[in-house]
Amino acid sequence: MTDPRISLISPTGALGMGFLDESLERGIALKPDVIACDAGSTDSGPFYLGSGTPKMSRRAILQDLRRLLLARDRLKVPLIIGSCGTSGVDSAVDWMRKMTLEIAKEEGLKFKLGRIYAEQNPDLIADAFKSGKIDPLPGAPEINEQTILNCSHIVAMMGHEPIVHLLEKQCDVILCGRASDTALFSALPLMRGFHPGPVWHCAKTIECGAICSSITRADGVFAEIDDNGFSVEPLALDASCTPLSLASHTLYENADPFLIREPSGTLDTQNANYHALSERKTRVEGSVFRPERYTLKLEGAALSGFQTVAIGGVRDPYILARIDSWLTEMKVFFEERLQELTGKTFGQEVRLDISQYGRNAVMGDLEPLPQEMPHEIGLLFTITAPDQTLANDVARFVTHAASHWPIPEWKGFISGIAFPFSPPEIDRGPSYRFTLNHVLIPETPLSAFRFAEEQAG
Amino acid sequence: MRNSVSLGKLAQLIRSKNAGPFWITFDIVFENDVDFERVVSAKVLTKEWISGTYKIPQDSLIFVEIPEARAIKFSFPRPRIQGDLGETDMYSGQQYAPLLELQIS
Repeated sequence: MTDPRISLISPTGALGMGFLDESLERGIALKPDVIACDAGSTDSGPFYLGSGTPKMSRRAILQDLRRLLLARDRLKVPLIIGSCGTSGVDSAVDWMRKMTLEIAKEEGLKFKLGRIYAEQNPDLIADAFKSGKIDPLPGAPEINEQTILNCSHIVAMMGHEPIVHLLEKQCDVILCGRASDTALFSALPLMRGFHPGPVWHCAKTIECGAICSSITRADGVFAEIDDNGFSVEPLALDASCTPLSLASHTLYENADPFLIREPSGTLDTQNANYHALSERKTRVEGSVFRPERYTLKLEGAALSGFQTVAIGGVRDPYILARIDSWLTEMKVFFEERLQELTGKTFGQEVRLDISQYGRNAVMGDLEPLPQEMPHEIGLLFTITAPDQTLANDVARFVTHAASHWPIPEWKGFISGIAFPFSPPEIDRGPSYRFTLNHVLIPETPLSAFRFAEEQAG
Repeated sequence: MRNSVSLGKLAQLIRSKNAGPFWITFDIVFENDVDFERVVSAKVLTKEWISGTYKIPQDSLIFVEIPEARAIKFSFPRPRIQGDLGETDMYSGQQYAPLLELQIS
């Protein structure tokens, strides 16, 4: 017979963001059946997937991971970490494995450690594309085989099934590559046979930790699921989960607040009702999950070039009054100089962008007040080129010529841009772009992923 | 007839944010049902207004009113894929400014 209830803690919105010790302690006292925590997102842009670099520092991850491994050891329940190292690439899972083993050794912990790898071989994805196993999502860019082969990394976002696979093998700690945030929380409840409607809605609600409560700092929540619904309360005593705070959370970072697609189907929260059980705790009922064709969302990123940037400010009212034409004139010179020096032209291999902070730099063409003039303007020069040296070489003549570009109001050599740094050019390194907004139709929910198990401690 | 008031004054939260790398979403949340209903019934924050302000076709727009959350939400495909060259707002966090001055009767 299945247990009529199952409980979870989501200790923080993202591993490495931190949480209060007393909150985790309160969570442990509530005796959850599983602890799960997400460690990744595409939200910070294409760099993390493109380069396979984590956004959070090792220091921050170690601190949170240590506390969660110790909590798990006291409770003897599974700990599931999703989307290791921000992007969930294979090397990020290995990076987290090293830290996990290091902590196990230092703290004398023993557990069975499982890993799930989600990175996809571009050659195999290109084959899948040729055989019609890749479908575009609404608004996806046009792609071809080359788009796929150009990706530096491709990951598939796993559903709950690969996690269930390792839970069934009695893994105590599971480090996942790229995973749907909700899958981390729904895996154990679905494995135990709870209804998918409440399970997925609960998972969606608690995936960001205490963001679904009245506080905005990083902290955790406790949730209980039964067959008719679920309830959520924050771990921090000064926070509350109200019907409004839970309903509002379905808005966050979702294009559609009611229909949320998971690999195995769609969660529909349109008929969900929320009612307060206490000042701090709210119950939700009425959400449904509709199974659909099984698909795995793919994420891919490719190199778009190397960048050098320079930042400077203009205060002279004469320059400000003619800033657009001033910049246009100097761009003509930059074009000539680029040709002279490299034989290249702007726009193809080398790109120059000049943004005017203080004036339409944030909203661009959508700015409703394009003519408004401030008393100073910050200029951001961005040069993108196929290699870093070329980007830096171009930036050096751009900043030098720009700072002395004449205006008719002054007779003689001027210094028209205030640069805060020496050198003014800052090499930014590689820049990446997202290339895929597509799904893979896998043979089975597990077929795109690779598994490993070992004994820690 | 009561004086009109700006949406920025009526709402308790107006925000914009990526919804994945390919979409941008806007949330306008109210402190009470009266303010929420006032904006809904004023019918100025509409698909037409959004389409004109953000220069996107109406048929690519998702627009919902959510009484349970006292919120109005709209989303549309990002004008540029997140992080593509020329990006100005990686998180789409500052694209809501035009909403603040919308006058609600």
